[in-house]
Amino acid sequence: MSGDWRERRHRWDTRYAPYAYIAPYFLLFAAFGLFPLLYTAWVSLQDRDLLAGDAATWVGLDNYVRLLTEDPYFWNAMGNTLSLWLLTTVPQILFALGIAQLLNRRIRTRTVFRMGVLLPNITSVAAVTIIFAQLFGRDFGLVNWVLELFGAGRVDWQAGTASSHTAIAAMVVWRWTGYHALIFLASMQAVPTSVYEAARLDGASQWQQFWRITVPMLRPQIIFSTVIATTGNMRLLAEPLLFNPGTAAATGGSDRQFQTAALYLYEQGFAKYDFGYASAIAWLLVIATVLVTGLSYLAARRIRTD
Amino acid sequence: MRRTGPLVGAGLLVASLVAGCGGVGDGKTRITIGLFGNFGYQQLFEEYERAHPDIDITDRTASYSDHHKNLAAHLATNNGAADIEAVDTGYINQFKQNPDKFVALDQGLKDQWLAWKWEASLAKNGTQIGYGTDVGGLAICYRRDLFEKAGLPAERDAVSASWPTWEKFFETGRRFQASAPQGVKFFDGGPTVLNAIVGQAPVGYYDPSDRIVVGENADLRKGWNLVTAAVADGLSAGLLFSTPQWNTGIKQGQFATMACPAWQMAKIKDQAPDTKGLWDLALVPGGGGNWGGSYLTVPKQGKNVEKAHELAKWLTAPEQQAKVFATAGLLPSTPKVYGEQSINQLTSEFFNNAPVGKVFIEAARNLRPQYQGPKAGDIQTELGNAMQRVEQGKQSADESWAQFVGDAGRLAG
Repeated sequence: MSGDWRERRHRWDTRYAPYAYIAPYFLLFAAFGLFPLLYTAWVSLQDRDLLAGDAATWVGLDNYVRLLTEDPYFWNAMGNTLSLWLLTTVPQILFALGIAQLLNRRIRTRTVFRMGVLLPNITSVAAVTIIFAQLFGRDFGLVNWVLELFGAGRVDWQAGTASSHTAIAAMVVWRWTGYHALIFLASMQAVPTSVYEAARLDGASQWQQFWRITVPMLRPQIIFSTVIATTGNMRLLAEPLLFNPGTAAATGGSDRQFQTAALYLYEQGFAKYDFGYASAIAWLLVIATVLVTGLSYLAARRIRTD
Repeated sequence: MRRTGPLVGAGLLVASLVAGCGGVGDGKTRITIGLFGNFGYQQLFEEYERAHPDIDITDRTASYSDHHKNLAAHLATNNGAADIEAVDTGYINQFKQNPDKFVALDQGLKDQWLAWKWEASLAKNGTQIGYGTDVGGLAICYRRDLFEKAGLPAERDAVSASWPTWEKFFETGRRFQASAPQGVKFFDGGPTVLNAIVGQAPVGYYDPSDRIVVGENADLRKGWNLVTAAVADGLSAGLLFSTPQWNTGIKQGQFATMACPAWQMAKIKDQAPDTKGLWDLALVPGGGGNWGGSYLTVPKQGKNVEKAHELAKWLTAPEQQAKVFATAGLLPSTPKVYGEQSINQLTSEFFNNAPVGKVFIEAARNLRPQYQGPKAGDIQTELGNAMQRVEQGKQSADESWAQFVGDAGRLAG
């Protein structure tokens, strides 16, 4: 009797305990991930002012129709997001590959350098942005001072489209390159040295070895990094928000020249309190993220392994 | 039993995540107050606590826009607001659209405030949602030393007399710019000075029926033309109000004048203590004007609504406002105290002993109130962006104006 009970309890334990272990994640995900997502979808079908509280009117797909057909500022924000995606993702991956290659060599105090490249990533994004905004200042910024030393003119970084995108991309690249470099470095060390030895015997140069062996071997990590960089870029908010402080921060420049999609969402939701409209933007962003992630996955997959 | 340990452990983990923390009461009623910037209240809190041993006041201060965004979220979710919440003029119009969220304040105290200050926080259904704290009577702060270097008279009476109107103000500016020191501009930025001009017009962005009238408002267009012409003549330093670049501009002496409500003086003192004695205070062109100033509201969701209401009443009473003016320089919104010597004789050493009491009281008395519609703050943001586009050379004055009128129209929807 007692043995039978113990036996049964043991069976239940091995069968159900794993579910109990992973349950906290799913409970938290349901509460803080799934529920907000579905609630946002529901709100996006309403005309809802945050200050008016529950006084919402059902408008169906109106918010989506307005966004897609009548709102030039939404498309402007999507365009800026796309431009920043190209300006951040490509340099991030290339720089990270280069840094990983350097760190993979036998150099002294290697560990210090390896830890060092991760430092930008763990500093506060607000602090980084505020410092970069100072560096890119129009009148007393360090970047303009250096440009002037070399005889180039001063640039009003916030004013122009290309200049503001460059400055914001610099912040993102500076922050994330080290993170990707460490991921690449880890898998570089897994590449068997015999492959390189064989290549050297065949007369391949360092450069050829890098592009023909290392990069193709890193294909899964490059795909992973591209996806991470892409989803991060679709959420780009703090950098453009803090790049132009003051009361008009949420518009991303005087002509919305660096307003990203996430910043446009923030403006509609938290500057204009138009929650229905902001929720619709959020859902369009979800769809766009899936599309762009798929595209970058396909692009990164083209790296050949042969 | 050993085998089931992990299962129990996992359950405990979840339980401990869910369990909250209990508080220990000390018998006092805690009243929380949400503020932004410096309201000059620290000494008043101590004084009130001494007189009411059962009250414990806790204040929390956030930045200007964070404070108001948080308050909006707390009102929307009916949870999290402080017992007393300060609201700035720039946001009071939005909040008074929903008077149900706030405790209706005592109508009997109406005569205590400047009439326009009382009106500005009065909801359409007749509920008063906010007791006025300070008002931002306008003046012009200017750098005496830079005026002298440019060969202009620097005495405050002569300076005030040189600009009875904004046209004359920009004329003075052109004379200043003609012989100004290298790199120094006449004013800080187009949006700031235009904001001061717009604030003086009888009608601003809205008519009293809440219709947006920016496209047909001749005063607004006239102000726009004046400022854009001054920008074209190189009078503007092109700095955006209250940004790090603007703060640096004050320190470095990049501009000689700026529109100056009473609370602005504290800002200059904080940002550029080294410029003590270089600044002075002149009357604002056009006479009167208001920029900023706050209210204390009592959200209905609070736990100690009645005691909070009492405290808000006390903090905004004339005697307390007078104390705040003496310690922090915030101009009272209760005209009863304007006659007191300690107020109208107040001078500022930092501003070359300028008679700040006299100047700001005159500005507050001369103010013609302007009706502010629900999205006035958003329209002001768009107007600032429009002016910046001209300053940055991105658009001509006419192109930028056309885009602004379109942007303001979209806010009506």
